[in-house]
Amino acid sequence: MRVWSLLKFYTVLVYTFMFAPIMVVLVLAFNSSQFGGFPIEGFSLRWFYALAENDAIIRALRTSVMLGLLTALIATTLGILASVALVRYQFRGKQWITTFLISPVLVPETVLAVGLLIFMRWLHMPRSFALLLIGHSIIALPFVVLVVQARLIGIRKDYEEAARSLGASPLQTFFQITLPLLLPAVFAGALFAFTISFDNITATIFWRPAGMETVPTQIFGMLRNSVSPEINALGFVMICITVGVPLLAGGLARYFSRKKI
Amino acid sequence: MARVQLVDLRKTFGAVQAVSRANVVFEEGSFTTLLGPSGCGKTTILRMVSGLETPTSGDILIGDKRINDVPIHKRNLGLVFQNYALFPHRTIGENIAFGLKYRDVPKEDVARKIKESLDIVRLPGVEDRYPSQLSGGQQQRIALARAIVIEPDVLLLDEPLSALDANLREDMRVELKAIQDRIGVTSIFVTHDQSEALAMSDKIIVMSAGQVEQIGTPEEVYNRPASAFVARFLGASNLLDAQVVGRDKNHVVLETPEFGKTAVPLSHAATLGQAERAKLMIRAEKLTLGPKGNSGAEAVVETVDYQGQLARYFLRVGDTQMQAMNMIDEKPFLAGETVSLSLNPNACSALPEDKQE
Ligand SMILES: Nc1ncnc2c1ncn2[C@@H]1O[C@H](COP(=O)(O)OP(=O)(O)O)[C@@H](O)[C@H]1O
Ligand SMILES: [Mg+2]
Repeated sequence: MRVWSLLKFYTVLVYTFMFAPIMVVLVLAFNSSQFGGFPIEGFSLRWFYALAENDAIIRALRTSVMLGLLTALIATTLGILASVALVRYQFRGKQWITTFLISPVLVPETVLAVGLLIFMRWLHMPRSFALLLIGHSIIALPFVVLVVQARLIGIRKDYEEAARSLGASPLQTFFQITLPLLLPAVFAGALFAFTISFDNITATIFWRPAGMETVPTQIFGMLRNSVSPEINALGFVMICITVGVPLLAGGLARYFSRKKI
Repeated sequence: MARVQLVDLRKTFGAVQAVSRANVVFEEGSFTTLLGPSGCGKTTILRMVSGLETPTSGDILIGDKRINDVPIHKRNLGLVFQNYALFPHRTIGENIAFGLKYRDVPKEDVARKIKESLDIVRLPGVEDRYPSQLSGGQQQRIALARAIVIEPDVLLLDEPLSALDANLREDMRVELKAIQDRIGVTSIFVTHDQSEALAMSDKIIVMSAGQVEQIGTPEEVYNRPASAFVARFLGASNLLDAQVVGRDKNHVVLETPEFGKTAVPLSHAATLGQAERAKLMIRAEKLTLGPKGNSGAEAVVETVDYQGQLARYFLRVGDTQMQAMNMIDEKPFLAGETVSLSLNPNACSALPEDKQE
């Protein structure tokens, strides 16, 4: 009994510790005070208005969303192709390729960032949005591969074999059978990729060209001067996007799957 | 509809010889069963015919055409799997129509063909449901409908009844056979269940460890097994070590310690050749128990398995275990009783000894 209450107490403590900072940001975003901290003086949306009028932040937000969407597109497409190859086909060096694809998760991000930067130098390529996009796709790819692969292993080969025997070519089978059955995993993978890109700061600092900011690097830059209350508002927006988008998507997916079967 | 022929067909997976040198003809319009224990290579043969597996060597002919290099989706075969493999994200109607899409069937014919095929499998009106809304037996009928609606040259069935429960399995096997008779498509059926094979087949191919052991009608493989393996696999048999002690125009004479000399008709010794040693095979139902003192070998009843009109006896003759299945006259013999055991030589077979032994 004693042990259990102690355990409960610790659990509550851990969660408090984890979520308190987030709660602080969420609450302070609506504080009308001049300074981005306690005490709370009154409820106001003024910092959200200020945010909307801050061109630098809007530009950063636009960059981040565009980067996130393109990363999701590239990482998901490559991830699906890689998973199908790894799960459905036998070839030499398969183990090596799996390890290689997953390795960005294992390598420290700084090392990965510097590595890619040196590689681009060697090719005489300047830092650019494209570099940022390639980099984010590399970081997001392992997550897509892991999610899609897990689902593909669970889809019996019988379905594809049945489709082939009925006259569908390999490509038709992929689009008619494999992809629709994979869809939930594809969706989850794309969301993962978007969120990972949207959140990333370490590698982004290395890769972004001069003058280009994403939301995290923008916040980081603003913090160097002072904790402006605008940052709390921006934090609120980011939390809404990174938490809200997957929740919404999950809800939609459940709604559609229930409607169908 | 077409005849299928396997010529010296072989398949190895690494060091495993899954199928070795199969030479088989599946006659046009016939229902042929590949029968054997799990792992003997039945599925591998079916997958090679369907194009899902590439032969290591040998040829597959459908009609007169060698199809080794024809890809699966151009072979026009109907495939039915043990797990039905209905597309879960498509309705029954869409499942059945799937194969028609690739066959230039006019739109107005598609609906009619779906309806006809559902009538054939006796499940009319389920077009708009999803596979998960049907029972296992119903799903297997839909799988069959999906395979036959494309009017395949050959229908390939890999243990299609194994996932169903026992009662349903017996009903479905009667129905499946009736459907096959009706549409007359050349069918290759895979099973490890001897009663399915005996009940449904025009011809049975018995396999063991990648080898074809025997090809024949159900009656032939049951009554005249070509090897000790076939005798053991189909039905309950007794196999006794025997010495070949004589041959004449019509008989082979075998001598066993249990029954002395037995003259087996030559037609029941086709695979024996000139061997010195042999196995004397007698079916459990052809071994007759009588009261002690009658002619025959003396045996002790060890266990009685009472089955109503029948009893199955486990017996000991000297040091040999045997089994017999007899109709019960008035009351069965009892465990511990001494009986006399007689066999009809015309119901015996003389088989070569197992190669492995
Ligand atoms: N894809 C494969 N890779 C390796 N071995 C296989 C493969 N498919 C079948 N085998 C082997 O080939 C043999 C025959 O298998 P199979 O044809 O499935 O037998 P059955 O259908 O009679 O049970 C087995 O020993 C099995 O382990
Ligand atoms: Mg099998």
